Amino acid sequence: MEIDPFIFRLSIFILSIFIGYYVVWSVTPSLHTPLMSVTNAISSVIIVGAIIAGLAGNSETIFNISSIFGFLAISLAAINIFGGFLVTQRMLAMYKKKKKGK
Amino acid sequence: MLSANLSAIFYLISGVLFILALRGLSSPETSRQGNFFGILGMAIAVTVTFLSIGNFSTGFVVVLIFLIIGGLIGAFIAYKIPMTAMPELVAGFHSLVGLAAVFVAIAAFLNPYAFNLGSPGNIKLGSLIEMSIGAAVGAITFSGSIIAFLKLQGIMSGSPITFKGQHPLNALILISIIVITYLLCSTQSSNLFWILLAISFLIGFLLIIPIGGADMPVVISMLNSYSGWAAAGIGFTLENTALIITGALVGSSGAILSYIMCKGMNRSFFNVILGGFGATEQSASVQNKEQRPVKSGNADDAAFLMKNASSVIIVPGYGMAVAQAQHALREMVDTLKKSDIKVSYAIHPVAGRMPGHMNVLLAEANVPYDEVFELEEINNDFANADVAFVIGANDVTNPVAKTDPQSPIYGMPVLDVEKCKSVLFVKRSLSPGYAGIDNDLFYKENTLMLFADAKKMTEDITKSL
Repeated sequence: MEIDPFIFRLSIFILSIFIGYYVVWSVTPSLHTPLMSVTNAISSVIIVGAIIAGLAGNSETIFNISSIFGFLAISLAAINIFGGFLVTQRMLAMYKKKKKGK
Repeated sequence: MLSANLSAIFYLISGVLFILALRGLSSPETSRQGNFFGILGMAIAVTVTFLSIGNFSTGFVVVLIFLIIGGLIGAFIAYKIPMTAMPELVAGFHSLVGLAAVFVAIAAFLNPYAFNLGSPGNIKLGSLIEMSIGAAVGAITFSGSIIAFLKLQGIMSGSPITFKGQHPLNALILISIIVITYLLCSTQSSNLFWILLAISFLIGFLLIIPIGGADMPVVISMLNSYSGWAAAGIGFTLENTALIITGALVGSSGAILSYIMCKGMNRSFFNVILGGFGATEQSASVQNKEQRPVKSGNADDAAFLMKNASSVIIVPGYGMAVAQAQHALREMVDTLKKSDIKVSYAIHPVAGRMPGHMNVLLAEANVPYDEVFELEEINNDFANADVAFVIGANDVTNPVAKTDPQSPIYGMPVLDVEKCKSVLFVKRSLSPGYAGIDNDLFYKENTLMLFADAKKMTEDITKSL
């Protein structure tokens, strides 16, 4: 009997939920806003699917309906990726420790 | 062209880098490195996708153009957005993730060849189920986030919108989503796919309209979680490890944040989701509205009190964000520190409109993060402090949550501000806070009310110091 590859993906999924659970509980509450913006950015790795859809057609069918949805999804995800990481960086740069000797 | 196995390994690596990105946020020192890991993971995932498709013809150029357009828009927003608008920004970004998930699902449904899922009308059953879940959750995330965005932006009223039969209607729609998914999988009909998307958009909209403005921290966290589950659903369809790992991480992250926010308000998750909070309570408090005497003062009085204090605790709330008073506040604190007064900040978990909102604003105003404390860390210090300076917060300081079991906020963790020797309360008027209940703190012997705009009052106090 062979195991369906779906089961392997499901295992990865379940274990990742647990990893997420423990990692997120250790995030300091003062960084909860950057946490949200960075999770936002990384969930846009969905761009991978959008690129596959966008590159599906050959040269005559570049702009078929499925690819167009792919292209639009690429732009949406790219807004999130760039916006999400950059705004997180901007926020994190502001967190400073007390200067010594003040 | 990259082999399937090799690209799978690279996707795994980017998944691991995303885990490290979140891990970095456990302290501000490691957080910047964490963000870098996140960017690296994303770069790897995108590059590997291009290499494994191996199509660098006209299509590639078009893809790059759309990628760059999106990237430029994103970068522009990231640099322009004021820190006070972070909740709106995050809600807006969630809606984009949701919509992107929907678009990818549509593309996969229309052209399953490209994703190796079979042919139109004959898509593999498992993939179709995963696709439907991804599309439905994505659609809910999109329309829900749009409503959250409009409410936060003030375009739509923050008060809950309720109507008769709301809950039965929502339940009916949720059941029909399941039924339609089942029918879609057995018939492969494209009409059913579009209907599924339409009612998922509708339910996302209906789920968020009854939830009030101050419950937005829960809503944003919840939508954060949804966007993760949507990504995971698509990840299963595409058989992509990076997406599955990320979806699970984001999904559980959002769920934990919603839980923390609900606990901060001592309300169950369902109580928040069912909505209508604040609308019903207000009528009760109107009845027993007797005039009670309050002491009110001006900036000079406040300056005098603080100058003679040896320790001051500042309690910021959403009102500080609205008045953009964080910079003025820090200047006031600098002046206090010059006369050797110990100043710390106390932050309630649900202060502001999203988790950690106040911390970001204070960080923006150059307040060192080791002067900022969470509720549990600082609550015992109020008894030893001389002055509590409450700026733009209200319900989170209300002692009634500890004393009156009848109160709607009874049991909510609150900051023990009343234990301070004296309390300064910067507020526009005596109006009750979001929960619609009077704050006993206003009428206490040792409370001095400062009726003014938060920013102007802090500036005036700095002058009198």
